[in-house]
Amino acid sequence: MTQASTADAPDFLDLEGEHHPEGSTMLGFWIYLMSDCLIFAVLFATYAVLGRSYAAGPSPKDLFDLPIVAVNTSMLLFSSITYGFAMLEMEKGDLSKTQLWLAVTGLFGAAFVGLELWEFSHLIHEGATPQRSGFLSAFFTLVGTHGLHVTFGLIWLVTLMIQTRLRGLVPENKRRLMCLSMFWHFLDVIWIGVFTFVYLMGVLQ
Amino acid sequence: MTADRSLRAPAGAGSARRILRGLVLLPLFGLLAGCNLVVMQPSGDIAVQQRNLVLASTGLMLLIIIPVIVLTLLFAWRYRASNTAARHDPDWDHSTALEVVIWTAPLLIIIALGALTWISTHTLDPFRPLSRIEPGKPVAAEVKPLEVQVVALDWKWLFFYPEYNVATVNELVAPVNRPIAFKLTASSVMNAFYVPALAGMIYAMPGMQTQLHAVINKPGEYDGLASQYSGSGFSRMTFKFHGLEGDGFDQWVAKVKQQGSDLTREAYLQLERPSERVPVTYYSSFSDGLFDKIVGMCAVPGKMCMHEMMAIDAKGGAGKESHGNAERLQYDNRHTERGDEAPGATTPASHRAPKSEAPDADKTHEGSGQGHAAPDQTNN
Amino acid sequence: MFANTDLQHLLFGRLTLEDIPFHEPILQVTFAGVAIGGIAVLAAITYFRFWGPLWRDWLTSVDHKKIGIMYVVLALVMLLRGFADALLMRSQQAIAFGANEGYLPPHHYDQIFTAHGVIMIFFVAMPFVTGLMNYVVPLQIGARDVAFPFLNNFSFWMTVSGAVTVMISLFIGEFARTGWLAYPPLSGADMSPGVGVDYYIWGLQIAGIGTTLSGINLIATIVKMRAPGMSMMKLPIFTWTSLCTNVLIVAAFPILGAVLALLTLDRYVGTHFFTNDLGGNPMMYFNLIWIWGHPEVYILILPAFGVFSEVTSAFCGKRLFGYTSMVYATIVITILSYLVWLHHFFTMGSGASVNSFFGITTMIISIPTGAKIFNWLFTMYRGRIRFDVPMLWTVSFMVTFVIGGMTGVLLAVPPADFVLHNSLFLIAHFHNVIIGGVLFGMFAGVNYWFPKAFGFKLDPFWGKVSFWFWTIGFYVAFMPLYVLGLMGVTRRAQHFDDPSLQIWFVIAAIGAGLIALGIGAMIVQFAVSIKNREALRDVTGDPWEGRTLEWSTSSPPPDYNFAFTPVVHNLDAWWEMKSRGFQRPLQGYKPIHMPKNTATGVILGVISIAFSFAMIWYIWWLAALTFVATLVVAIGHTFNYNRDFYIPADTVSRTEQQRTRALAAVRA
Repeated sequence: MTQASTADAPDFLDLEGEHHPEGSTMLGFWIYLMSDCLIFAVLFATYAVLGRSYAAGPSPKDLFDLPIVAVNTSMLLFSSITYGFAMLEMEKGDLSKTQLWLAVTGLFGAAFVGLELWEFSHLIHEGATPQRSGFLSAFFTLVGTHGLHVTFGLIWLVTLMIQTRLRGLVPENKRRLMCLSMFWHFLDVIWIGVFTFVYLMGVLQ
Repeated sequence: MTADRSLRAPAGAGSARRILRGLVLLPLFGLLAGCNLVVMQPSGDIAVQQRNLVLASTGLMLLIIIPVIVLTLLFAWRYRASNTAARHDPDWDHSTALEVVIWTAPLLIIIALGALTWISTHTLDPFRPLSRIEPGKPVAAEVKPLEVQVVALDWKWLFFYPEYNVATVNELVAPVNRPIAFKLTASSVMNAFYVPALAGMIYAMPGMQTQLHAVINKPGEYDGLASQYSGSGFSRMTFKFHGLEGDGFDQWVAKVKQQGSDLTREAYLQLERPSERVPVTYYSSFSDGLFDKIVGMCAVPGKMCMHEMMAIDAKGGAGKESHGNAERLQYDNRHTERGDEAPGATTPASHRAPKSEAPDADKTHEGSGQGHAAPDQTNN
Repeated sequence: MFANTDLQHLLFGRLTLEDIPFHEPILQVTFAGVAIGGIAVLAAITYFRFWGPLWRDWLTSVDHKKIGIMYVVLALVMLLRGFADALLMRSQQAIAFGANEGYLPPHHYDQIFTAHGVIMIFFVAMPFVTGLMNYVVPLQIGARDVAFPFLNNFSFWMTVSGAVTVMISLFIGEFARTGWLAYPPLSGADMSPGVGVDYYIWGLQIAGIGTTLSGINLIATIVKMRAPGMSMMKLPIFTWTSLCTNVLIVAAFPILGAVLALLTLDRYVGTHFFTNDLGGNPMMYFNLIWIWGHPEVYILILPAFGVFSEVTSAFCGKRLFGYTSMVYATIVITILSYLVWLHHFFTMGSGASVNSFFGITTMIISIPTGAKIFNWLFTMYRGRIRFDVPMLWTVSFMVTFVIGGMTGVLLAVPPADFVLHNSLFLIAHFHNVIIGGVLFGMFAGVNYWFPKAFGFKLDPFWGKVSFWFWTIGFYVAFMPLYVLGLMGVTRRAQHFDDPSLQIWFVIAAIGAGLIALGIGAMIVQFAVSIKNREALRDVTGDPWEGRTLEWSTSSPPPDYNFAFTPVVHNLDAWWEMKSRGFQRPLQGYKPIHMPKNTATGVILGVISIAFSFAMIWYIWWLAALTFVATLVVAIGHTFNYNRDFYIPADTVSRTEQQRTRALAAVRA
């Protein structure tokens, strides 16, 4: 080697090319989730400030139907479990079972979004529109933003199902499935916050 | 006009303070001789205390700022590359003693400044009623503050004097050495009420009420202004504040009574529409509880007042069958409903060519105040 | 909107020919200037047959160096626009007294001060900072690129889209007239109908997405991609400040995005977040926007602090004094910047205890900041200071910034703020820290790293001319504003009654003129340097006797930055290598794994401009179309698995041999 340094000098270069930076995707995605979490933090804070501003209109007690929300919540919780099964199958390298569980997850997710849309249309039908009061603006925005996230998660899920079909469980696809897994569970955690803070505390206050 | 504003510093300033002031102002003296630094030479006790606080804090900070600037220039000169006589110590990068000094010196100053801040913020809280008129002159127990209710309109100031049942536009008058208790609100957008010679500013916000307590110690005519940008007419939203001595104030009230008209709700709703450069206007009386209705955003007949809405909300809302309430609570759409240009309108909603002044379009409401314009002699 | 079946309305939304300001002489001249300049640039690109290289090597590039340079170019271009606004304001205020209305009606003037603030913060200072970080950080940590090269390219194009969206408002329609933070209720649908605030919202929203993603990218880069041996306490100080800045970006910009989204809902859907009526709360906007806004200030200043640290230690020929305390000071500032937001509205009537809490936390920030100033001071102590242009900016910064810092702490005392808030004193203060701190830092950084990026130094004569005009111009322009603030004059006024104020505004306008000369000198500096590039050439790659790794590679660095990944043993890694007799290896090169360029970022950027334009003018079909297009392009991009390639060892070898010959030629 031509690296003629003074005798006691250490190696200044990685001449053998042994150093490979670790993959940053998981860290990067995790940081993204934290930034997304801040968006929800703003919406929660907004709800905390405006949640009692009914503008002489309806309040959570008048509007929310806890049993339906409970069913809805269980849809999302089940979808998290089934996504977990999909990841287990992915680790085993079983493509078709992975796809199956992804499909089940997608159905639960779609059911969740569907129920939520039904709830929204029901509220709007009753005159409890986002324009009615600060409380309803904050409610529709917080819950709607979560629903929008789930919708994007569904689009992503379908995309990944196509991509795994096309290319199999290659490292890129595994990495993507891991990211979506984090995203999906993250939305679950957010929903638990929404359910407790908005629905339960709203009705039981 | 500048004659009675060039007022001297208060008698109470101590010698130390004078030295500090000298230090701050010395380099500017030549230039500043001719101009009126009203914030530095105010005429009301609250503003004087705020000025003193500015000087004290500046003095405290100069203790560290001046050495830093001097050392920067000194080191820059002394250790210039061409000066080979200066010592060069390329590996010297740490000194625990110095580190301790450079963290503790600012810390000590901030502790002092923090203590000053905590105390002064509490004593000079604008919501806190005055305890003194001037240094050494506490407020006498029997003195009732002059209550003035202030409304920031687009773009003029409306002042109510509930004790005298009169109101004015764009003219504020108070007797010297009597505490003034301001209650402030706004009609459409946020604004800030500021009379630099009297006291610091405070926001005036629609649907809300803020407070300011102050006192004017010297008679004179002072500038008052809007200090939070509020749309087109913002620059011209100024007024004069008069501090009157002896029975000057009572005479002024009598004059308003005599020259003014009645500020009915209809008159107010007309006055509230956007207008600029509104002349001083007097009202010899005003509709009952008008200020509270303005604060409650219910000056328009049939609207629900804020406090009523909040009472309903506190009880858990009005249920699903309350659609009528929404209509009664609509407030922000008044510009559209009346066909006025909104304060921040841009094309195409402004209905004028982009980036230009429409030919006299917004001058139509000018001087729409319903009372009589005050004659010139009000400026005593 | 859909109810209107008129075909024009359907096709063009609320856009009509009347919304284009044909009648305005100022805009006609500007438009002519932009058009002629644009045609000249396009003609030049065509003449020099630069379209191909421009597209292949720059616009679609995922190379952090190219992207960094493009960010800085964006910042410099937008600086010209923002500064033109400043000149308009200064000249208007210098003449609009008494009967003289000046030449800008309030309707136009209000747009100018709003645009000036928005452009200077979001499209000058931010791209400047992001550009420098992008260029320098990977080189300083011995990495070959950032963690997510495509994301980097995408972030850049989102920032450009935001800038373009704001610029469109100059020629089609109008910009917001609300002030740069668009406080409701003034910025709400009822008080600000029309396209102005919508231009503001969409411009910032799109640029904000880019900024957030770029922040995520750089955090992951610094955490994961450091050269072996580079522990966190061996991280170059600029990289440390960049890390903290990007943490602040990721923790602050989503809040801006969310707040703007809520304002968007208020304006488009009719919700009641920030309205006066029906339960809305405008004060919430003040709080939320400043929870972003105050960290934003530190997002801008921390990298500048990093630049000054690098420059001071390089030009004093000395290790940075108090590295550890510098790092801790940076971290403390990062954390505290989230606990001070309320000092922007002490006058809103919070209680005395709340006000004093936020006042005191604000003051506490001055302690680590003061420690930093002292650290630079003691780096100069017993140094051998070479007053090249970057060092001149640094000394000027140290003097100017402490003055701005002092007035800042003064404003943090709530009762003092009551008399100074919203006054020209406040304007003078924040220009004092943003020009004297951020801009001076960016100029120091550009002069310092320019030879690294292009292989030749910037002309020092014109650099010094620019420096003196800027520095003197700054004092002449802003010291009068301090005085005016003490005379009780507020910001954003388009006209004044009191003639005794005029002299101060005239002096300030003269100062702005001096700064204009400083900007002119800077442009001349670039032109002269390019012309004399052979004379200014630096072959060594280390023109300033640098201390950190970016100086160990060639100037400009090869695509792969380092032929061999450096191994770090010391804070001043390159300094140690030099002082311990490091020799470049001349063989043994290996193929290098690199990301491929992609056009997806440019395409998404163009679609975003179309989307925001459609939303602003209510052209719903275009909005829907571009929204779907964004999804399709983004998803389509993920179907491309062929994103990287290897630079063959031969190519590396050829590139390195070229450098060996050049170095030998210099030595001979």
